[in-house]
Amino acid sequence: MTGWRRLALVAIIIVLIAAPLFGLKSYVIYTLSLWAVTAIAALGLNLTLGYAGQISLAQGAFVGVGAYCSALLTIAGVPLGGGVVAAFLLCLALGWMLGYPALRVRSHYLAFVTLAFSTLAYLVFRNEEWLTGGTYGLSNIPRPVVLGNDFVRPNPFYWLCLAVLAAVSAALWRLVQSPWGRAFTALRENPVRAESLGVDIRHYTLLAFAIGAGLGGVSGALYAALVQYIDPTPFGLNYSLSLLLMVVVGGAGRFFGPFLGAAVAVLLPEWLRATGDFYLVIYAGLVLVLMVFCPGGLLALPARLRRR
Amino acid sequence: MTPVLEAQDLRRSFGGVEAVRGISFTVFEREILGVIGPNGSGKSTLFNCLLGQIQASAGRVILDGRDVTGMRPSALNRLGVSRTFQLLQVFPQLTVRENVVLAGQEHVGTKLGRLFGPRDAGLGTRAAEMIDQFRLGPLADTPAGDLSYGQQKLLDTAMAFMAGPRLVLLDEPAGGVNPTMLGGLRERLRAMNGERGATFVVIEHNMDFVMQLCTRVICIAEGQIIADGTPAAIRENPAVIEAYLGS
Repeated sequence: MTGWRRLALVAIIIVLIAAPLFGLKSYVIYTLSLWAVTAIAALGLNLTLGYAGQISLAQGAFVGVGAYCSALLTIAGVPLGGGVVAAFLLCLALGWMLGYPALRVRSHYLAFVTLAFSTLAYLVFRNEEWLTGGTYGLSNIPRPVVLGNDFVRPNPFYWLCLAVLAAVSAALWRLVQSPWGRAFTALRENPVRAESLGVDIRHYTLLAFAIGAGLGGVSGALYAALVQYIDPTPFGLNYSLSLLLMVVVGGAGRFFGPFLGAAVAVLLPEWLRATGDFYLVIYAGLVLVLMVFCPGGLLALPARLRRR
Repeated sequence: MTPVLEAQDLRRSFGGVEAVRGISFTVFEREILGVIGPNGSGKSTLFNCLLGQIQASAGRVILDGRDVTGMRPSALNRLGVSRTFQLLQVFPQLTVRENVVLAGQEHVGTKLGRLFGPRDAGLGTRAAEMIDQFRLGPLADTPAGDLSYGQQKLLDTAMAFMAGPRLVLLDEPAGGVNPTMLGGLRERLRAMNGERGATFVVIEHNMDFVMQLCTRVICIAEGQIIADGTPAAIRENPAVIEAYLGS
């Protein structure tokens, strides 16, 4: 990372940490918290799709599984930390299982398999009322109090979300910079050649799905505590598509892509709200223009402009 | 002479077409075996069957006396079998150095150790040596996709050697490599064979390259071996001449 980029990154981190001190309204803090939570899910999908090249339309479902898992546990009195870990492990296991079809099918066929999982998960959220509360959902999801520190109020909870995002980012950065990251890239670029070089592509495919799904679970656990009420609606196929959009718009396979993609998907609609009924049209238009002129995503834009 | 690789009555069909029709041969330790034959004779299909890239319809593959028929390519690679491909098979977005490190990283340490270990998996020095041996040093930090066809071909071969394999199957290593580079490639293959004791099986259409490099040559036509002998004997074999030129 070049000097000025590192400087810009530090400046952004400082602004993000200090944001609540500027006297922002609680809705703005809520939106920033939602961005942090969403970025975690997008980071997970970026590993599966961007680095390892495995298309998944199920990330929204994993966020839902994580949200329900953590919500049920925290309502039962388990601390949020336990909920986050349980959501991560449950989604890790489910992601590993969903990875098996990816060993046999690729591209749009794989997309359909993951879409089927997404639909199945949604049906479970909606129909298994004894567990999920059905369409009524689960309410009164508590926010944590850790060692006497109150994370119930918006600002401390926002900092908690930022801290989890930072921890996830650091772990993921280590992963993609390790030989595992190179193996994931090899899996995306040329699985046949990777296999002939001793890379166990079956194992790395399953890992890519599992870790990506696990991060979806972490995101879901935080989401449940953030909104304190969940029902099946946010975890449908639309959300999976939205997460896919975030990864692609930010720059698939680029580490900082999901942060930017999540900002575009979560914050931009809020900023465009002033345009009234036109905001969706403007938003869709901006995304279309970007995809047509810079399919590599926002992070590929500077290099593209330099080439001109 | 110790057998390293044995193909026993290997067969492979695609629909009604039998691309490999009962091929049997043995590759001995430190041998450089050439495999020649007209286009579509079944050479690459034979390679793919030997290396688990596709499943043989029938027959067995024996490596060091062990039945490895149907074993996955990654598992075979970890047993010391490496290969190159007829068509370019590098990782275009990774640099030359990363391509070479990738080719060796799964052979060092444990999987978990690689997650927490250094990015180059401790292979930095060895990778630099290999890159220099194939005269790609000035391009070490260039994305492989930016290399010329011939340079990518050399990189492909360097990757096949990175893990220090005992047996290397090369599918048209000279294809697209200019004559100047070709002499160097032949010398490097000879050196690997002489100094490291590596055994080679080489599919190649460049007859000069095959005749100067290989110690033995088999000729395949219509999925069957039609000749097996020294390069000089193969060159004079009427069945080989007929397969290439027609009767």
